[in-house]
Amino acid sequence: MAINYFYPDYEVVRNEKKCIKCKVCVRQCANEVHTYDEEFDCMTADDASCVDCQRCVSLCPTRALKIVETDNIFKKNANWSQALITDAYRQAGTGGVLLSSMGNPQPYPVYWDKMLINASQVTNPSIDPLREPMETQTFLGKKPRTITFDKEGNITSPTYPNLKLNIPIMFSAMSYGSISKNAHESLARAAEQLGIYYNTGEGGLHQDFYKYGANTIVQVASGRFGVHKKYLEAGAAIEIKMGQGAKPGIGGHLPGTKVGEDVSRTRMIPRGTDAISPAPHHDIYSIEDLRQLIYSLKEATDYKKPVIVKIAAVHNVAAIASGIARSGADIIAIDGYRGGTGAAPTRIRDNVGIPIELALAAVDQRLRDEGIRNDVSVVIGGSVRSSADIVKAIALGADAVYIGSAALLALGCHLCRSCHGAKCNWGIATQRPDLVKRLNPEIGYKRLVNLVHAWDHEVKEMMGGMGINSIESLRGNRLMLRGIGLTEKELEILGISHAGE
Amino acid sequence: MLKKEGQIRIPSGCAISGFINRNGKRISGDQIVKSISYMHDRSNGLGGGFAGYGIYPEYKDLYAFHVFYEDSASREETERFLEEHFDIVNLSRIPTKKHKNITNEPLIWRYFLEPLPTKLAASQLEEKEFVAQSVININIKIDGAYVFSSGKNMGVFKAVGFPEDVGEFYRLDEYAGYAWTAHGRYPTNTPGWWGGAHPFALLDYTIVHNGEISSYDANRRFVEMYGYKCTLLTDTEVITYIIDFLNRKHNLSCEDIAKIIAAPFWSKIDTLPAKEKEKALLFRNMFSSLLITGPFSIILGFEGGIMALNDRLKLRSMVAAEKDDMVYIASEECAIRAICPEVDKIWSPKGGEPIIVTLNNGGDSYGN
Repeated sequence: MAINYFYPDYEVVRNEKKCIKCKVCVRQCANEVHTYDEEFDCMTADDASCVDCQRCVSLCPTRALKIVETDNIFKKNANWSQALITDAYRQAGTGGVLLSSMGNPQPYPVYWDKMLINASQVTNPSIDPLREPMETQTFLGKKPRTITFDKEGNITSPTYPNLKLNIPIMFSAMSYGSISKNAHESLARAAEQLGIYYNTGEGGLHQDFYKYGANTIVQVASGRFGVHKKYLEAGAAIEIKMGQGAKPGIGGHLPGTKVGEDVSRTRMIPRGTDAISPAPHHDIYSIEDLRQLIYSLKEATDYKKPVIVKIAAVHNVAAIASGIARSGADIIAIDGYRGGTGAAPTRIRDNVGIPIELALAAVDQRLRDEGIRNDVSVVIGGSVRSSADIVKAIALGADAVYIGSAALLALGCHLCRSCHGAKCNWGIATQRPDLVKRLNPEIGYKRLVNLVHAWDHEVKEMMGGMGINSIESLRGNRLMLRGIGLTEKELEILGISHAGE
Repeated sequence: MLKKEGQIRIPSGCAISGFINRNGKRISGDQIVKSISYMHDRSNGLGGGFAGYGIYPEYKDLYAFHVFYEDSASREETERFLEEHFDIVNLSRIPTKKHKNITNEPLIWRYFLEPLPTKLAASQLEEKEFVAQSVININIKIDGAYVFSSGKNMGVFKAVGFPEDVGEFYRLDEYAGYAWTAHGRYPTNTPGWWGGAHPFALLDYTIVHNGEISSYDANRRFVEMYGYKCTLLTDTEVITYIIDFLNRKHNLSCEDIAKIIAAPFWSKIDTLPAKEKEKALLFRNMFSSLLITGPFSIILGFEGGIMALNDRLKLRSMVAAEKDDMVYIASEECAIRAICPEVDKIWSPKGGEPIIVTLNNGGDSYGN
């Protein structure tokens, strides 16, 4: 039917003068956009299959290619956007739920961009990180409430397991299955080199990566894929995934096509079957059940590892976080509505949850109001895009941040938001061996190390500018932030003053 | 309209000076006035003050409250509160002398008190906590009343003005104490409020501070979890609460407090012997929000001693000197030489290294 025809969103523009018909684009495109027509000795492109991942553009040796947004438009309508109209056609044609990947791309406010950072002038000297020590090391986990010593000065009060981070950045949960083995290897090796942690996600831990256990957070999600005693013991911390910012309130779905031999073994599910994690944990229907799971995991690991509870930022996130803090969790991870995903229903990704900046401010303040902020650490993600976002997050009250999308960018991701198609041309969100091998972990891990080092350096520069030489003195230091273009209510929630005040 | 102290945070530069006689010999207050006057240019006339220890030997077992009142209504309300909770052994106006540079003085009263045993028992609080909460209650709840000194056998005297004028105004030459500290303030703007002058005091803790800490809001938001309320938004106020929290509530010694608020760098901690390292790590982790960054030099006064401390990068000047049984500390050497021209030893303490001096006979109630 004509109604099912959509003019492609993107058009491949080939400069015929520059093109040498080397066919790199043909070989590189897993979506089979490019073809070489032998009969007419010319290159052709099927625009409709293009996802604008920029792989062909990046590899074209003569820079003959570019991808442009189409200028074909429906009659303009401020209410019915072209995307909404075509979505309706699609769903009328298939009866299916729309799927998307990566973070919410809609033009909601980005509060990071509405906050400005302070700097010292005159009354208080700024500090040069190249000349003076500048500390970004931090610990995550429960802090003791009291401290006592015996006569010899030995500590007699109980202490709790903490994670030591050289830099307050961790790689957020991305499962083996949703991303490739080479992507995982890159993350694991980078975490080890940086003295930080990466997170297995809910896909289990590949047997080759147990050696990175000291820098691994092992996740326990509702599907319990790949969870066994050795797995729990392998990690430095255990994360219970209650929710994800990209899709609060629902579970996960890894299509059977991604479940090959290795993924099948790691997840402990039959090859080729869909891996479906339920929306709730079926043993957690309330907060008291969560407490039981937290303590089951602590029992299983002899109280040697901190337990993280990850939740999506939703409307009453402050009350939920407070409940979690009182249920034995050592760290609360909060994932904002811009957080990425390998696959989520479009309408949920784009409409459910709240901005992480507001959630973080509310949670940090609530935990302080209740006097329990030192009982837990708060880690936030979804989405942290730069070192400036990190400084703002920590000043609002975060102990550390999770980065997911940014880490994938370091590995080559171009945010084409087509992960659910499983044909990632960059070798990240795919299990196809010919594509996976495009991502070289040896290069990948170094790029991740570079990114995090660069950000750490920028964080230090900004801290020094504020006259702060330890990340601990930035944490919760909201006086260092001012809002710009925000309403009284927004400022009140963020707990900051407006610029000029 | 200018905002009042407490509605806005005001950065200040400053001068500090202090001394202690290790043998508890009492020294006239005119000495500390003379010392701080030599650093006149470090103040701008918008705040000066003093703390004296051992100045009320005749009432040494009673809490001495010094209170500013804006009017007699606030005094009457405060006295009703005090009568309800305390046995008032003595009350009077604090003697002052008219001074041409000191104007707009509030009513300044002094009370010698002890908590009523029945009220104290009913509160289920320790005595000092009871007193501290009473002070905080008056300051927050009674409009126009401000308790600015509340320890035993010690007192704070402060005003808007240059410190040497403030000393004359309060007739400090008529007091004698074993330890004195002084402060001259250089705020960048001021509401001209007497309560905002320094030292800041809670119970017998007093702080004089020169600097502007960059960790302020991290520190403030942490201590406010534990029942403190920062109403002045000054560094001095939050530092006093931090010290009260660590010393009185966590029983930590001055040495340990220095390891928390001016914590050694991680790189230094890594080189410590195992036992010390464990303690330093735990301190920095457990009390991470009490680390104070940015420039500061402080003199903490407490019953039986003083502690001086610089920030860990030593971003503010501070010198110390010894002469016989006297120990002197000041922002500048001239303030020490002014009252003790020939010292036995003079040095500049390193950043983060505390100088702790306690009385030879009575220092054992502090520290481990």
